[in-house]
Amino acid sequence: MTALVDVENLTIRFRTDEGLITVVENVSFSLRKGEVLGLVGESGSGKSVTAKALMHLNAGNVVYDPQSRITLHTGDGAIDVLSLKTPKDLSVVRGGAVSMIFQEPMASFAPALTIGAQMVEQLLIHTDMSKSVARKHSIEMLDRVGIKEPDKRIDQYAFELSGGMRQRAMIAMALSTNPALLIADEPTTALDVTIQAQVIELMKGLVDEFGMGILFITHDLGVIAQTADEVAVMYLGRIMEKGPVREVIRTPAHAYTRGLINALPKLDDLDAPLAPIPGDIPSPLERPAGCVFHTRNPELLPGSRYEREVPPLSEVSPGHFAALFPEDLPGRA
Amino acid sequence: MSAPLIKVENLSIHYPLGRRLFGQPSVLKAVDDVSLSIPKGGFFGLVGESGSGKTTLGRAMLRAAPITSGRIRFNDGEVDYDVGSLGKAELRDYRSRAQLIFQDPYAALSPRMTVRDIIAEPLELMKITTSRAETDERVREIAAKCRLNLEHLRRFPHAFSGGQRQRISIARALVCRPKFVVADEAVAALDVSIQADILNLLKSLKSELDLTILFISHDLSVVAHVCDEVAVMYHGVIKEHAPTRTLFANPQEDYTRRLLSAIPSLDPDHKLTVQRATAD
Amino acid sequence: MKDLTATVATDQRAKEAYFTASQSQLIWARFKKQRSAMVAAVVLLTLIVSGIFAPFLSPYDPTIAGRNKDYTNGAPQIPQFCDKNGCSWTPFIHALERERSIATNFRWVTKINEDKRNYLVLLPRGDSYELFGFLPSDVHLFGVEDGRIHLFGTDEDGQDIFSRTLHAIWTSLQVGTIGVFIAFVLALIIGGISGYYGGWIDGVIQMITDAVRTVPAIPLFMAVAAFMPPETSAEARFFYISLILGLIGWPTLARRVRTHLLTERNQEYVLAAELCGASSGHVIRRHLLPSFTSYIIVDLVISFPYMVLSETALSFIGLGLKDPVSSLGVMLQKATSADVMLNYQWYFIPVVFFIVLVMAFVFVGDGLRDAADPYAEQKK
Repeated sequence: MTALVDVENLTIRFRTDEGLITVVENVSFSLRKGEVLGLVGESGSGKSVTAKALMHLNAGNVVYDPQSRITLHTGDGAIDVLSLKTPKDLSVVRGGAVSMIFQEPMASFAPALTIGAQMVEQLLIHTDMSKSVARKHSIEMLDRVGIKEPDKRIDQYAFELSGGMRQRAMIAMALSTNPALLIADEPTTALDVTIQAQVIELMKGLVDEFGMGILFITHDLGVIAQTADEVAVMYLGRIMEKGPVREVIRTPAHAYTRGLINALPKLDDLDAPLAPIPGDIPSPLERPAGCVFHTRNPELLPGSRYEREVPPLSEVSPGHFAALFPEDLPGRA
Repeated sequence: MSAPLIKVENLSIHYPLGRRLFGQPSVLKAVDDVSLSIPKGGFFGLVGESGSGKTTLGRAMLRAAPITSGRIRFNDGEVDYDVGSLGKAELRDYRSRAQLIFQDPYAALSPRMTVRDIIAEPLELMKITTSRAETDERVREIAAKCRLNLEHLRRFPHAFSGGQRQRISIARALVCRPKFVVADEAVAALDVSIQADILNLLKSLKSELDLTILFISHDLSVVAHVCDEVAVMYHGVIKEHAPTRTLFANPQEDYTRRLLSAIPSLDPDHKLTVQRATAD
Repeated sequence: MKDLTATVATDQRAKEAYFTASQSQLIWARFKKQRSAMVAAVVLLTLIVSGIFAPFLSPYDPTIAGRNKDYTNGAPQIPQFCDKNGCSWTPFIHALERERSIATNFRWVTKINEDKRNYLVLLPRGDSYELFGFLPSDVHLFGVEDGRIHLFGTDEDGQDIFSRTLHAIWTSLQVGTIGVFIAFVLALIIGGISGYYGGWIDGVIQMITDAVRTVPAIPLFMAVAAFMPPETSAEARFFYISLILGLIGWPTLARRVRTHLLTERNQEYVLAAELCGASSGHVIRRHLLPSFTSYIIVDLVISFPYMVLSETALSFIGLGLKDPVSSLGVMLQKATSADVMLNYQWYFIPVVFFIVLVMAFVFVGDGLRDAADPYAEQKK
């Protein structure tokens, strides 16, 4: 499998009245074709900001560190996303080779346009289809995502559809330009569980069918377990652990990943106590020195080197990394 | 089993959806002929997807939604109320016995009041305390129970994170020492690690303060962990109602099974089963 | 090390101050960060203060009583320190002399005598006035030893434009304040009822509001002007103008009050109070009023320039205040003739003040609006 996106040393800061706020720090990952990479984290972990950086969509007060690099490998060669400037260049990563679906589908459809009008418009911008071909293609896409009577639905407005339908229509729209990369930002959070299950199944089917890569952002480890091949766990803008989803979830190496899993209520063991991660997330204005998680890590002794030094991403097993000093890796103590 | 604290009998809540020119006026049956009883000291889960009527049912028990037909009885051993037909003085008394915890910790706290004033408001409104010192005493007592830093009572809500705000919200609901609390999606807006913290807090407060809790949620796994009895609601009707373990081990209704199988499991090799019984 | 603990301590104190800061303190802190709004606020305050102290700051009575009949349509006199005869520490102007002779075709002609200096003096006694309406005095901030000084020149009656401008600012502010006050009280009551009770009451009130909004202002003013007998005193006119501005201005404000209320009304913390048995009175007093005072102040400041503008427009087309009263509109009206534009450009000086006043209000209002959003900082 070939690499689709390489993110290297991504550091994102925002200029605010209080000074520069670091939101993402030194994040690297890569995503291959036909693969689903899950980006997990609590609020404030920087997962959405990372995703927006892939489309160069962050707000005007954003500052990317000079060594940050996002490379997108499309059929026509590699694109350095962060160096794109003109709207014409950017259109490649915004709706062309990269598409995005959002948590709230209602907010991403213009209320005064029919679904079809928006899908056709998008196709006219990004492809050289004619209007009638674009319409035919849109109907086909709606059919593909499991919307019944697509030739009727295409002339409806977003508010006329139910929540699950809307999310499907949104996925159809995002996929109609045949993107190489699909970014899904909490696509199932606003949905009921039964509909969430349908959307998850749909997305997995679409990866098999279209072979694009998906960056799946969510706070729900269960959803990640069901969708992703690879997972990266983020906390306060840093990757704590990344690797194949089975390994990370079954044998988590980092205390934060373990904390997240232990805090989750599990249906197969109703007697297991819910163990919250102690303390509160520090405000972005006061990022802890060293390992950002050390202030809440119950496994650390006071005076540990994690309070001063940033641990590197060490390899736990092939492809599985954790932000730990090598001597602390499981199996070495 | 202990005596029911609150008993809902054949409760219906219908909302008119506008009148048609001919034929029957159409109504939304938010709650349709629901009966259930919550035993004293129970942690009762009410589960359903959006639009199932679970919030409306919870609000009706607090006299915050209009009742179309049916009865709600409240009996805590001291008083015996028919919640639907309370007089003014009785209603005030009932309000001090039944309280609500909200979902959104941001919208539920006035940004213009200090934490102390927010928690003290119910006491002042219901004229439970007579002096400022007594009010302060009660506020500090409940704040400590909700594990709030007493130094922070002077602060405004903008100083707090979601989890801390939810604790303030809980303290406000409990400051008048209610017997019955409705927690409406009280952890839905929180991150998992904070969610676990708030759930543990609710559990310990329940036994410490001798509460009966109606826990409304869309999340079956959360309900399974804290509640001892669960009712599953769908389109205004209670589909299934059983002790938690029975319900999860052996769901009777097709809809319950569908809900259970749709929960994404942490095990990547466990397949989600998707049933398309209802076309949406 | 000591330094470090000290900074940590002050840091902690600063944070605690932020955490315990009330809404108004936060708004003020945010407002202070906006430079243009702060500059505008200073300008506005200066204008308001100079309006309040206009009788003291202006050297002469602004009405016909204070006119200089020897210097009509006179050019501005700029105080100077030096002339061809050397310099002095006290600023002075040159004296004016009127003469009529064969050379002038037997008409009175004013000439500047560049050899005769007229020095500025502080706190001279002059026309009597009542400061704030009850403090009788005849002391002015400045004047000249002999004769008169007209910083901004004079109009065709010889009235001092500088004195008139200061008084005009005050008049326009007063009309604006009364107009805004009437509009505000109406808006608060009508919009409040509409937003709080909702339902059919809201529907009916909104219909009335819309009806009032459709009343065209200019024809209404013409009708009122026709109805007002010409002998109506300046004070009565002044009152009517304010009243009309208020009666016309409330619907916009009422809409905003209603919208604020409708959103705040459905906030969960209001429900929380109601579930504790809070009465409507308590909810309005404790939650709703505080929740929109900041917005209302912003709205008031923003609607103020429209009141000043309306007054000016009315007076300008001759339907509002009339000459003996100095208002910005009256002053503007004088600056319309071709004669003025060609020969007496100093008539336009009040226009500058008028623009500055309106702009200052707009900038302060914008700054307040940006600062008043309690969660603006938390949004990414």
